[in-house]
Amino acid sequence: MHRIRCPFCGARDETEFAYRGDATKRRPPDDADEDAFFDYVYRRANPKDWHVEWWHHTGGCRRLVKVVRHTVTHEVHWTGWPDQPPSLPDGAP
Amino acid sequence: MSQPFRLDGRGRVDRQQPLSFRFDGTTYTGYAGDTLASALLANGVHLVGRSFKYHRPRGILAVGAEEPNALVELRTGARVEPNTRATQVELFDGLVARSQNHVGTRAVDLMAVNQWFAPFLKAGFYYKTFMGPGGAWERLWEPIIRRAAGLGRAPRQPDPDAYEHAHLHCDVLVVGGGPAGLAAADAARCAGARVVLCEQEPRLGGALLGEIDSLAPWVDEVASGFDGEDARLLGRTSVVGYYDHGVLAAVERVADHLPTPPEGVRQRLWIIRAGAVVLATGSYEQPLLFQDNDRPGIMLASAARRYLLDFGVAPCRQVVVATATDDAYRAALDLVAAGVAVPTIADVRAAPGPFAKAAEAAGIEVLRGAVPLRALGRQRVRGLEVSVDGSAPRRLEGDALLVSGGFQPALQLASQAGAKARFDPDLNAFVPREPAQNARLAGAARGVFRLDACLADGREAGASAARDLGFALPSLPPLPAVDEPEERPWPAPLVPRDGKRAFVDLQNDVTVADLRLAVQEGYRAAEHAKRYTTLGMGTDQGKTAMPAGLAVLAAATGRPLAELAPTTMRPPVVPVAIGVLAGRTRGRDFRPIRRSALHDWHERNGAVFVEAGDWLRPSYYRDGALSLMEAAAEEAMTVRRAVGICDVSTLGKIALFGPDARTFLDRVYANGFAKLPVGKARYGVMLREDGIVFDDGTTSCLADDRFLMTTTTANAGAVLEHLEFLHQTAWPELDVVFCSETEQWCQMALAGPRSRDVLARLLDGVDVGDLVLPFMGFLEAAAEGVPVRVFRISFSGELAYELACPRGYGEGLWQRCLDVGAAFGIRPYGVEVLSILRIEKGHPAGQEIDGRTTAGDLGLGRLVERSATGVGKPLASRRDLTDPGRPQLVGLRPVDPEARLRGGAHLVENPMAASTATDLGWISSAHWSPHVGSWIALAFVAGGVERFGDACLWAVFPLRNEAVEVVVGPVCFVDAEGSRLRG
Repeated sequence: MHRIRCPFCGARDETEFAYRGDATKRRPPDDADEDAFFDYVYRRANPKDWHVEWWHHTGGCRRLVKVVRHTVTHEVHWTGWPDQPPSLPDGAP
Repeated sequence: MSQPFRLDGRGRVDRQQPLSFRFDGTTYTGYAGDTLASALLANGVHLVGRSFKYHRPRGILAVGAEEPNALVELRTGARVEPNTRATQVELFDGLVARSQNHVGTRAVDLMAVNQWFAPFLKAGFYYKTFMGPGGAWERLWEPIIRRAAGLGRAPRQPDPDAYEHAHLHCDVLVVGGGPAGLAAADAARCAGARVVLCEQEPRLGGALLGEIDSLAPWVDEVASGFDGEDARLLGRTSVVGYYDHGVLAAVERVADHLPTPPEGVRQRLWIIRAGAVVLATGSYEQPLLFQDNDRPGIMLASAARRYLLDFGVAPCRQVVVATATDDAYRAALDLVAAGVAVPTIADVRAAPGPFAKAAEAAGIEVLRGAVPLRALGRQRVRGLEVSVDGSAPRRLEGDALLVSGGFQPALQLASQAGAKARFDPDLNAFVPREPAQNARLAGAARGVFRLDACLADGREAGASAARDLGFALPSLPPLPAVDEPEERPWPAPLVPRDGKRAFVDLQNDVTVADLRLAVQEGYRAAEHAKRYTTLGMGTDQGKTAMPAGLAVLAAATGRPLAELAPTTMRPPVVPVAIGVLAGRTRGRDFRPIRRSALHDWHERNGAVFVEAGDWLRPSYYRDGALSLMEAAAEEAMTVRRAVGICDVSTLGKIALFGPDARTFLDRVYANGFAKLPVGKARYGVMLREDGIVFDDGTTSCLADDRFLMTTTTANAGAVLEHLEFLHQTAWPELDVVFCSETEQWCQMALAGPRSRDVLARLLDGVDVGDLVLPFMGFLEAAAEGVPVRVFRISFSGELAYELACPRGYGEGLWQRCLDVGAAFGIRPYGVEVLSILRIEKGHPAGQEIDGRTTAGDLGLGRLVERSATGVGKPLASRRDLTDPGRPQLVGLRPVDPEARLRGGAHLVENPMAASTATDLGWISSAHWSPHVGSWIALAFVAGGVERFGDACLWAVFPLRNEAVEVVVGPVCFVDAEGSRLRG
């Protein structure tokens, strides 16, 4: 079980969160074309590496938390607010 | 004679407390402090069961959790527990146990013929029979295997015991109460860290329990520091899983040592969150490979030593020792001192270690370079045949055989913490590398075997764990002095030339020959060979099989052992009862139940409840002897002719506030909300980003910056998450806040031609005429002073209103509606009728909005097209989602009015040729309609609209062999022009 540091609530169990996927994808503007939305909805890098992702603290403050997590070791390097640029470890792509 | 193998004056069992127990119907006695295994050995019982596949007689190999053989069925009735390890069962008075895996008695097992069929049951047997001649599997093999295979029998009654989950937070968790673990826990505690120490046995000491008492005072002194919240000792507690981020799971056997749990729980699952972990899990002694190395009476040397020193039990009268380690000499010398004959030690090494001289001085013959060939005896070992330096076999007589092939660190938890293991050619064991998590290994768990080194290693691990967490280390008293000679290493596992009946994995009956066959058939990798042969599976997970198994694979594939690695080890480390994982969440407590504010009223008034997600909702109200169908028909006709009332509190309700609330709604709905006036409600369709319909409901404008959204009952939570995600990640600039208020309001639908009459008498001085409150109108009023929100919306197609009031006033308002409505023939209706009414009206619900349908499929295409933007719009216009050939929502009725339609039936033109190729669609919802007087259905049909009036379709339901001819028509079966709901 992961322990995720919510910037608002502190370290909490994974079971309090809902995973919401890749946080590097930005929703295109409403008037963007089909291709832009296709990319937003479907295209994922699926890295075996550090990954910036959304975790929704549904069992807590209900904020979206931006998390930098390693997909192999599950190590969490950084967590922050949605508008914060993520801090990646040295050498991460 | 009682307990003929119990030795006077030895061991730590309580001779003042004799205990009586039964094994396979025979009554024996033991003492408090015994395990079932030690008590059986004290009574001279070595044969304790039969093996899994060949039904070979088996005995007790080990003394601890790694036991592969001595699996027994414990207790009786509903408390029967199969596959308990006799070595881990604490004896209590009246204990009842039975041996497993035999037909007949354990001594005369009719299934033992399997041994003679061994050539047919070899590696990959299952796979080969699956692929054998047609039908042979089902007719021949499966029935035989079902009868013969399996470990133990599951109880048939529900578990009568209680289990619970509990949580612990600590700075340092120490796993293992042996010398290294105790030293680690002591150091961390002295540094001021909050420490939890878990030990799976009832007593601390670990490997020290198999030693003479020299360190007992130190163990007691360390233990005395663990007496509170900040330094906690959990005995009888096995750490079974090491998960991410310092979370571990442990099972405490609270009451397994008692006949029945006196009160409270039988077992407790601890979920432990630790800042740092010290794994002092020790090591497992490994057996040797030779023919018939599985005979009862063959025992690990360290196990025999602990049975002697801790339990005061001698394994037999005369012992043969076959060893690759110096440690076995300790057992031999202690046995001799206790009066057991040990004529010979057969050491596979040419140069034994420091104890050989002492052994010879004690009169033991030490054979150097003695390779064990085969065990003698069948139901009990009678001796060992050895070959010294390749000479002719020599027979060594004895009624027990102690084996010692080396020690293997217990890697399980380290592996789960991300530490891969590598073969250490100096130790000839697999040792773990550094774990990925904040875990440290200490003592034998990382290949530090000498006792003095273990103590120092444990102290250093505990100290560094505490230091890492910021605790300053005080100076500690010196560790107890231990004087041990330098031992000689054991060799890598020796692999016999003839691998038949040389068992690598005792529990799964995997022999050296099986592994060689697997390699020959291409399963060269350890993970593949494991799956092909079942090596390392079962309740013991190969704790006494892994190094030997890898050695066989290495030899058979011509690779050095260092190129192989143990197979992945997953939780749980030891078997865990399902009950403790479930804890309290079983039966009615499996999930929380949500009840509306009107629940008690429903219950008092004959409601039959149905589960809707977590909610309990009235399905219908019992009415005399009427069946569900009849009662529902009555309720439905009341709505169509007079007025009915229904609890709709479960609908999701989300309040939105802020100057940008309107813009936000306009974006999240696929149809427009920009111009929704104050005091009006609007039906909205929500799409997922991929263009598929997500949810629907009505949203009302309470003020220019205040809205109330309703969602379906099922999607209330998902819609809120969806809105939050969009607001926080995509449109943070929108000034809007929202929250769920589902639980805060009680909501009821008042539906039917007389609903306005009821409403007019219900509300305090409010005109509810069509001009003031038109269809899709909203107003805030009061009923006897209680604030009521009134929405003129209709799910039934009738003139209808939904009334919402604060939860606490719910039952009062409901009762008032009934009182006022009595004059108009009001009656409550349940979700069964809600469903009938909406199918009659053609409103889509969860069966139609099933995560595959577009707005166009549901007939909502035009509604959605009017708005240019909205979530899901860009992808909803993709070619395949707008294909006119997609199945469209239509209404169906049977040609024969008596015929029944069923949800899930498929629609075809020719019922004789129904197949996926001729499939035109499916029925999503069907119900008997009292209004129409026949069954009606909503269905998705390819080219739906063009088929209106077409009677050439058949609804086929192959599960019941039914085919019903149906007429396709519009989705609405009642008041298509909508004059009723606007009336």
